[in-house]
Amino acid sequence: MKLLDRDGIRIDEFFRATAEDRVSHDRLIVPPDALEAQLSSREMRQVGVEVSNVASVEELARYFDDLALIAIVFPAYSDGRGFTLARRLRNAGFRGVLRAVGPLIADQFAHALACGFDEIEAPESIVDRQPFEQWRRAGASISLPYQQGYSRATSIFEQRRRGRQGECNA
Amino acid sequence: MYNYDQFDADFVRERVAQFRDQVGRRLDGSLTEEEFKPLRLQNGLYLQLHAYMLRVAIPYGVLNATQFRQLALIADRFDRGYAHFTTRQNLQFNWPKLVDVPDILDLLADVDMHCIQTSGNCIRNVTADQFAGVAGDEIEDPRPVAELIRQWSSHHPEFSFLPRKFKVAVSGAARDRALLKAHDLAIRIVRNEAGETGYEVLVGGGLGRTPMIGKVVRDFLPKGQLLAYLEAVMRVYNAEGRRDNKYKARIKILVHEIGVEAFQARVEAELRAIGSTSPGDELEELARIAAAFDTVHYSRLAPRSEKFDAACARNARFAEWARTNLFTHRVDGYAAVTVSLKPVGGVPGDMTAAQMRLFAELAERFSLDEIRVTHAQNLVLPHVRLDDLHALWLELVDADLATANVGLITDIIACPGLDYCALATARSIPIAQAISTRFADAARQAEIGPLQIKISGCINACGHHHVGHIGILGLEKRGQESYQITLGGDATENAAIGDLLGPGVSAQEVPDAIERIVDHYLAHRLTDELFIDTVRRLGVDEFRAAFLGAQDEAA
Repeated sequence: MKLLDRDGIRIDEFFRATAEDRVSHDRLIVPPDALEAQLSSREMRQVGVEVSNVASVEELARYFDDLALIAIVFPAYSDGRGFTLARRLRNAGFRGVLRAVGPLIADQFAHALACGFDEIEAPESIVDRQPFEQWRRAGASISLPYQQGYSRATSIFEQRRRGRQGECNA
Repeated sequence: MYNYDQFDADFVRERVAQFRDQVGRRLDGSLTEEEFKPLRLQNGLYLQLHAYMLRVAIPYGVLNATQFRQLALIADRFDRGYAHFTTRQNLQFNWPKLVDVPDILDLLADVDMHCIQTSGNCIRNVTADQFAGVAGDEIEDPRPVAELIRQWSSHHPEFSFLPRKFKVAVSGAARDRALLKAHDLAIRIVRNEAGETGYEVLVGGGLGRTPMIGKVVRDFLPKGQLLAYLEAVMRVYNAEGRRDNKYKARIKILVHEIGVEAFQARVEAELRAIGSTSPGDELEELARIAAAFDTVHYSRLAPRSEKFDAACARNARFAEWARTNLFTHRVDGYAAVTVSLKPVGGVPGDMTAAQMRLFAELAERFSLDEIRVTHAQNLVLPHVRLDDLHALWLELVDADLATANVGLITDIIACPGLDYCALATARSIPIAQAISTRFADAARQAEIGPLQIKISGCINACGHHHVGHIGILGLEKRGQESYQITLGGDATENAAIGDLLGPGVSAQEVPDAIERIVDHYLAHRLTDELFIDTVRRLGVDEFRAAFLGAQDEAA
């Protein structure tokens, strides 16, 4: 797997562990059933959790303050549930790192970022075929979205509204 | 016509450049065919039996003459000189080459058109009443709402990889001409007791393998809250719609399995999670969109036209056409003209490039530069002066576009079927042609009266057979085409799914089978009773007995 974000391919500083692992890494991603144990060990490390795309927002919300990262698994790139889960987690107030894990392709980079993901962990086979330059280009292919409240860019609806109020330069 | 602003125009151009890049990356191997498929589908590009097919979006079926000419140009340059209108008010080119598609998209963008989301598991092109802004029974023109949804759903970051396709229709009228109850989601503009207008929202209708009638999930959604509500519905569907079986992945199955009340509760919970919205902003945007539509400049005319009345008295063929193909306009002195694309023995919905160019000219001369496409695969010239009808008709006659059969037995909806479609199990077009030839006689058609036949070449029901007064479904049984016939379907506000009459019949037997049903109707109808009303009064069982009995005799 390779990790990438807005700026390029990155080294993954998180290590995947289970409840039993007594590892020395200070950044861990654990499965949900290991979360309680790793959080309570309190060894001044950053803990993330990897969940399926049907995970419960309410259950995760209990840990928002302690979680450095939530990784959402995409079983296939055509399965868009992860986008909705990311959106729900952001709506529910999660401010940590959101990672999409699975066979996403460059053309979904913009979707993922707009729904609240910060980074993508994709199979090497895909990233080798689609180097970061393709992700960057695909991610920037639509400069302004219509939808409000998704991407960092000011939406078309919002730009029009500001235009009406004479604030075009915003 | 809605006029694009710079944002809309830039968006479509960027989408073309994006697709050009995707095609390039498919050709250089960066994208596998499996990865490329959903991307090309979201730009309307299918791989069919013999070639690619490109489906052009005609949002809510509205076009002007310039756009129509551009479609004719594309048909000539990149297709085989014709185009095909579909049951979703769109247009299909059947023979484009993959490498040409980005250029075709650029030609479309030149006239503010695109192929965005005419296919794929996303929110599809929004459809509407073809008589929007024209019909007298309209509370409000549905097109601004449809356009708002078009924009909001375009390249949606969250809802572009749904369990399955998602079709939306909008109407502002009392009568349903937009097949609202057969849509994944439908919006009807309604007026409440306080006199305010708002939206009735239906969810979970659909045809296909498991036909279902849409259910009301909100009887009155105040204006300004539509996009938040849609976001909530889509989020519930995206998260919970089934993904284990593509035939159970539409929202109708989710609504059916958990029940309407549970679905409503989830949507309301999602709305609470979304939190505060800005109804004022949505209302303002809706007003901006409404203002960006061309103002139609009607003349002040008398409600009756002596010229028209005289032409009717003088020419029986013209009078016949006027009787079947005109729709009453809300403005005095005008009529909306439905131009049938169902000539006897022809391919339903096909039009040659030459006809399209002439039609564009007629739209400019006679219909204030406006054209509509209907889900019944016909065209509409929405604003024709009564005084001009005869002159228009003469031109249509010369172009073989004056078939007087709108709503009659030869005005058949048919999907492309096995002649084009990779999913089809049987042919549809030749069946439509055979029935239309059998019932060609105009006097006989007039005697039979309004009767809708709808034909699908497979279970996916693109030909809407479930809601045809007579529905025909082509299947394949042991290497032979077999046609199941249903009766009593209804595509209006009284939407109903037709009942199966009996075992399938062969392609050759279909016209005889239809004739038996029609004969039974003619023999048993009350004075002035319409076909569908006779079916309802007598019941499908009685027709079934007649259908099967005669079939035994024939055997």
